[in-house]
Amino acid sequence: MELSTQPGAFPAPGPEPMLKVENLIVSHGPIEAVHGISFAVDQGRCVSLLGPNGAGKTSTISALMGVARSSGQIAFDGADISDLPVESRVQAGMSVAPEGRRIFSNLSVEENLVLGGATRPDRDGKDADISRWLETFPILGERRDQLAGTLSGGEQQMLAISRALMTRPKILLLDEPSLGLAPKIVTQIFQMIEQLKADGMTILLVEQNATQALRLSDYAYLLNNGRIVAEGTKETLGQSSALMAELTGIA
Amino acid sequence: MEYVAQQVMNALAFGAEYALIALGLAIVFSIMGLVNFAHGEVIAVGGYTMVAFAALALSNPFIVIGGAIAAAVLMSLTLERVAFRPVRYADPTTGLLTAFGVSIILQNVFLLVVSPRPVAVTSLYFLDWPVRLMGVQVSSLQVFEAVTTVLVIIGLMLFLKRTTLGLAMRAASLDFEMVRMVGVRSNRVFAMAFMVSGLLAGLACIFIMARRGSVDPHLGFNPVLKAFVACVVGGFGSLPGAVLGGFLLGAIEVAMLVLLPQEYGGMKDAFVFGIIALVLVWRPDGILSPRTEKGDKI
Repeated sequence: MELSTQPGAFPAPGPEPMLKVENLIVSHGPIEAVHGISFAVDQGRCVSLLGPNGAGKTSTISALMGVARSSGQIAFDGADISDLPVESRVQAGMSVAPEGRRIFSNLSVEENLVLGGATRPDRDGKDADISRWLETFPILGERRDQLAGTLSGGEQQMLAISRALMTRPKILLLDEPSLGLAPKIVTQIFQMIEQLKADGMTILLVEQNATQALRLSDYAYLLNNGRIVAEGTKETLGQSSALMAELTGIA
Repeated sequence: MEYVAQQVMNALAFGAEYALIALGLAIVFSIMGLVNFAHGEVIAVGGYTMVAFAALALSNPFIVIGGAIAAAVLMSLTLERVAFRPVRYADPTTGLLTAFGVSIILQNVFLLVVSPRPVAVTSLYFLDWPVRLMGVQVSSLQVFEAVTTVLVIIGLMLFLKRTTLGLAMRAASLDFEMVRMVGVRSNRVFAMAFMVSGLLAGLACIFIMARRGSVDPHLGFNPVLKAFVACVVGGFGSLPGAVLGGFLLGAIEVAMLVLLPQEYGGMKDAFVFGIIALVLVWRPDGILSPRTEKGDKI
């Protein structure tokens, strides 16, 4: 799969991390799902949050986007965004392909992308981006006028990621992009993510599929029961801990 | 033959009025799950605006019509800002009770500030004159009503299809949070929904006032109740359902008026709602009920 993104399309790394999270606590009503975690994502890097079901990965993503109640500091691109509403975080350059894809099933494929670029003032650039993603994923191009709800799971995931990229984000949050997809499709999705990374996109990847995620991550955090229990590069994380094996199934 | 054609026209005109109001209810419901029973008072505000214009000796039809519609839009936007924004993410019951509260307050304001009795408004009589349409004598008002409703539906469809905010409104009916996560400001979506709803109420107000020629504090109550029924029959939250339900209700009402023998005339509504009940037995969620699941394949 060839992504038609030009190299250098995204800016080069700076000294400060692009995203810096400190002591993040996330609650759903009376239940605390994440008990104060800290992590950072450098510009141009791909960082993973790994861990089993219920570890607090999706809660973390929701808190980063501002759709879950949370406390702690979230610094993004040099500014504290902890108190910003979700729309302002998107304006600031965050974008998400959420768990379960959540494509707009009652809209056509193309309309999903148009709405994905709702915040873009540059009409021409937006149209160009829509064409680019429809060409990158010919299957989406063929179905541009079809209702997105009729797409297969893998196609919906491609659409969800393309939609997230329509905002031209500075960081892309990917929540379980491989969930429920056939192995062949999973490989395709990860190839796409790898290409995005090669193009310089900063990525925060949430995955249960640790083998695939570690392969393209520069750094990873292992979550369990709402706490970070291990962290490191794929080498240090991969070989060291029995914990890793227990929580992710990687030997 | 002429009699049948006239009754068809009657049914279309009633249906158009219900459809306009039902669309206004449905568009708000589809986005925030709110059954806006204060919609009737938005219609009444349009009526009282006409009274005010008459008192100021303003009788230019463009000013009267434009002013009434503008007042309804402003009223609808104000209600969103003042009354419904605080309960935006609350339980649907809270929203429903808020809407009832607003409705009662406004009716009493009209009652105290203006009058509990109907106030005559003559400035719209010019809309109604007999016309011959394909050899059938009908009222011009009915023609206006049907044509306006068709134009409104086309306009609304184009808006929902062609504009980003329209797409956002359609998407918001399934997954508002995701719409916010692509960066669309929720305030804009809500404001637009109430603006469109107010515009539809304003248009309905013109036709109701032209037919009745007077306004009282309960002007909007009955039409909104009927529109609510139309929404339920069509499938609550579905815009095509609201239109279908509106025209269906109009057709059933006129059919009962025509078909029921004189001595059962007083039971017209009982028969109408009996038929509606049967439709709901057949389709408990309404004829075109919107899909309630998010539609994502996991």
